[in-house]
Amino acid sequence: MRLFWHQLRSEQLIFWRNRESAGFIFLFPVMLFLLLGSLYGNEVNDDGFRGDELLLAGMLGYGAANTGFAGMAITLVIRREYGMLKRIRSTPLPTAVYFAAALASTLIVFAIQAVVLFALGRVLYGTALPERPGSLAFLVVVGAIAFAGLGIGTAALIRSAEGSSAVVNFILLPMAFLSGSFGGRDYPAVLEAVADVLPLKYFVDLVRNVYLEHESALSDPGALAIVLAWGLGGAFVASRRFGWEPRER
Amino acid sequence: MTAISVRGLRKSYGAVEAVRGIDFDVAKGEVFGLLGPNGAGKTSTVEILEGYRLRDAGEVEVLGYDPGKAERAFREKIGVVLQSSELWPSLTVREIHKVFAGYYASPRDVDETIELVGLAEKRDSRVKTLSGGQKRRLDLGVALVGDPELVFLDEPTTGFDPAARRNAWDLVRSLRALGKTVLLTTHYLDEAQQLADRVAVLVGGEIVRIGKPSELTASAKAEIRYRRDGELVVVSTEEPTRALHDLTTAALAEGRELEGLEVRRATLEDVYLELVDEERPE
Repeated sequence: MRLFWHQLRSEQLIFWRNRESAGFIFLFPVMLFLLLGSLYGNEVNDDGFRGDELLLAGMLGYGAANTGFAGMAITLVIRREYGMLKRIRSTPLPTAVYFAAALASTLIVFAIQAVVLFALGRVLYGTALPERPGSLAFLVVVGAIAFAGLGIGTAALIRSAEGSSAVVNFILLPMAFLSGSFGGRDYPAVLEAVADVLPLKYFVDLVRNVYLEHESALSDPGALAIVLAWGLGGAFVASRRFGWEPRER
Repeated sequence: MTAISVRGLRKSYGAVEAVRGIDFDVAKGEVFGLLGPNGAGKTSTVEILEGYRLRDAGEVEVLGYDPGKAERAFREKIGVVLQSSELWPSLTVREIHKVFAGYYASPRDVDETIELVGLAEKRDSRVKTLSGGQKRRLDLGVALVGDPELVFLDEPTTGFDPAARRNAWDLVRSLRALGKTVLLTTHYLDEAQQLADRVAVLVGGEIVRIGKPSELTASAKAEIRYRRDGELVVVSTEEPTRALHDLTTAALAEGRELEGLEVRRATLEDVYLELVDEERPE
């Protein structure tokens, strides 16, 4: 336990000290929320939802994928390629503690991000606070963990540090658009079919159910199962393919 | 007491046999050098001893542990300096040491360790502002902060300028002063000669010579050089005393001076290059 807290503190120090990770992983979704929020405002749309609240639900989904999936994947690839993982592996820090702390650190970043999103929404647009905060918290934590599993699996497949950010965003940004994280999602049938396979659409739907329609986090077990299945799939790939040593150099 | 014991160690990557059945022991407190050209199997051997790689065959014991099991108690007792690894660029020297110190049950004092590796003035500087040599000192500090019994140094001065190499050598000597056992790989002969109590020369995955640096050269031939009518004459002999006596007797009888006369014992470099040449098929 002492090792876990030590590693969690270290992860937090490393995250916030690094301008790239703090900027891209933490600030980027907040910035998108401000930009798109100014576009959508708080008008009520045809489905009876306010633009800012719909966007906030989408940004929680995107934020979970951004911190969990992108953050975890990019961090792991860079640490692996620079030999940091190999270096850590020779210390007494157990692998399970390393990953548990990395995951907990990701959740802390995401939790702060969610609080900032709600606070900004509240101040700028009068966005509602969640009526079922417990259910929402449970849902986004489960989602962030599933996306982190996917991130670790993806890290196992990426070969170089230089390309990691590009590859990850090549996956994440189209997925976020298709899933309606940034607003509407009336895409042609082909693209909708793609979105139907990917986990983020289901996750955004679940967040909407809980935040906008005040349902329980378990309101759609099928959707939750798909999100978790992707996370487990990522963890499975990682367990088979993840290496601690640099692939290049 | 033995710190490292290796018997019949073998490792292959696909069809390539990197390590072909080697044996050696390293005593506690000893600085042991694995010397060899690139691709001789040095890094494979060290990484098996560090617990990074699994051996194909043979017996290995490091500080009483089987490194292949990678037990936590084993990792408490070793310190590793990798050939190429970088640490978090935006943390300070002190923060990095604290991160690593936290992984060990009984670490060294962080500030004392930073002083030991000569980074006291850079304590609060970010890693990205350090020079190449300072970064290697940081690597060493991080390897020492857990207060290991055994330190692995994989080519600690590759790419260093001469001044930085001398500094790094002083650091290795300070490890000896601390009573640490050191396993050092290098492809520099002078480095092995300067630092190691004993050296194993590894060529093509086999140990071709092992012993104290002085023993490695003791058996080698001596060279007598002089000039005759301006031409350099080199006599290579296993009996320098007799050869020199014969030469000087003849020269005295003829009333001649042996110009530029010198007798030199083969250096480790001569021995090494000879060994490497013998093992290399043309």
